[in-house]
Formats: sequence, C-alpha cells, structure tokens
Amino acid sequence: MSLQNSTVSPRSESLLATNQLIRNTYLMLSLTLIFSAAMAGVSMWMNLPPMISLIAMFGSMALIWFVLPRTARSGAGLVTVFAITGLMGLGLGPTINYYLHLEGGDQIVMTALGGTGAIFLALSAYALISRRDFSFMGGFLMVGMIVVLLAMLGNLFFHLPALSMALSGAVILLMSGFILFDTSRMVNSGEDNYLMMTVSLYLSIFNIFVSLLNILGASRD
Amino acid sequence: MDWIKILSAVFIVAMLVFLWPRVGQMIRESRKGTINEWLWVGLLLLAVAAFVVFLMQSMHSTVL
Repeated sequence: MSLQNSTVSPRSESLLATNQLIRNTYLMLSLTLIFSAAMAGVSMWMNLPPMISLIAMFGSMALIWFVLPRTARSGAGLVTVFAITGLMGLGLGPTINYYLHLEGGDQIVMTALGGTGAIFLALSAYALISRRDFSFMGGFLMVGMIVVLLAMLGNLFFHLPALSMALSGAVILLMSGFILFDTSRMVNSGEDNYLMMTVSLYLSIFNIFVSLLNILGASRD
Repeated sequence: MDWIKILSAVFIVAMLVFLWPRVGQMIRESRKGTINEWLWVGLLLLAVAAFVVFLMQSMHSTVL
C-alpha cells in the first residue's frame, strides 16, 4: 500500500472534522428539542403558573452564561445543555397553555410550530449547501439584539400592542440571521464545539417559535 | 406594576449587561461584508418576512 493512500491530507481532515461537528450538532439539537418538548408537555399537564416561565428563563440564562462556558468541553457539558433546554421547555408550557385556551389556539400553536420548523430547515439547509460565509453579520446581529432588548424594555412600561408585534417580527428576522451566522460558523470552521452550537441554534429556534406564537395570536384578533 | 413585569425588566437589563461587552468585540472581529453579500442576506430575510406574512394571512383567512 502506498503512503499516499494511507495518509489523510490536512484539508480532508478538516472536512471530516467539520462534517462530524455538523452531524453531532444536529443530532444533539434533535435530542434537546425532543427533551424540551417533553418538558413543555409536563409543564402544560401540571398547569404551572406563568411565573414559572420567568424563573425558568433566569435559570437557563444563568446556566448559559456561567456554567456552559466552563463545562462545554467536558462530559458535564451534555448535562448542562439538557438542563438549559429542559428548563426552557418547562418555561414554555404556560405560554403554550395560554394560546391553547384561545379560540382556535391549537391552530396557532401548530402553525407556529410548522413555521418555525420551515424557517429553520430552509435557512440552515441554504447555509449548509451554499457554504457561504456569513461571518460578516456578527456585529450587525449583536447591535440588533441590543436595540430589540432596549425596545422590549421600553414596551414593558408603555405596553403598545403594535410595538410588541413589530418586536416579534424583528426577533424572527434577527434569529433567522443568527441561524445563517451559526450554521456558516460550523461549515467554515469558526466554531469547533458542538454543545455551544447546539445551544446557539436552540435559542434561535426557541425565540422564533415564541415570536411566531405572539404574531399569529395577535393576527387572529 | 406586578412582579412579572419587574422580573422581566430585571431579566432584560441582565441580558443587556451581559451582552454589552460582546457587542464591541463582535464588531471588531467581524469582517466587512460586500454589497453582494448583504444583498443576499437581505433577500433571505425578505423571504422569511414574506413567509411570516403568508402564515398571518392564512391564520386570518381561517377566522373569516
């Protein structure tokens, strides 16, 4: 056997690593989405109060900020990712229950679910197949996040329904941008940790789903 | 003002405090996109917006 056949070139090695990262990320994302949906089901069945949503959000954000960066490269990272997504699913239960109790609520929830899936699959597939580099969007997306958060803070006090709907639309577009940015980071080897990528993509999917629920619920009225 | 609003405000402020240092870092580290690249992103986001409007319309028409 010649040496040429038995060795792997650095380029194909990097391609293998990228493919493995993509495979691991999507596998982990599927598992966490199933787990999160199960936790949302438990939360709905127990009819937990809306305050649980906020407590779960605080818990999951604390895990994302303080625990995940320290555990992402160890086995404990897996437990952290499931804890984050489980908590977020638990917090989603009261929101879904609220929409289900509206007239035609089941249709709102199913449309939001289908819409979220379609947006994620289409954008992720585009970034994967085209292999375009969307790394230039980083600064724009972060500034967009800050603007949206400031507007959300303002709307907590002014409570304008039109602004709330516009903000949901802005969140959907921002999270769509994050899906392109994150998927492109995987393809173009900007990131090598599948747990960090899973959480990042999960957050985009979660936010698109909640914003779609808000928009579809409001548009029905 | 109820507790949910106060806690939501605290949550958003905490997110702003956490994200703020990363904004500058991201702006510095991001490469500049060409007009063509931004056009592509604009088109993709426009497609997403059109899809959301379609979902809203379909939801609205089922009510009527």
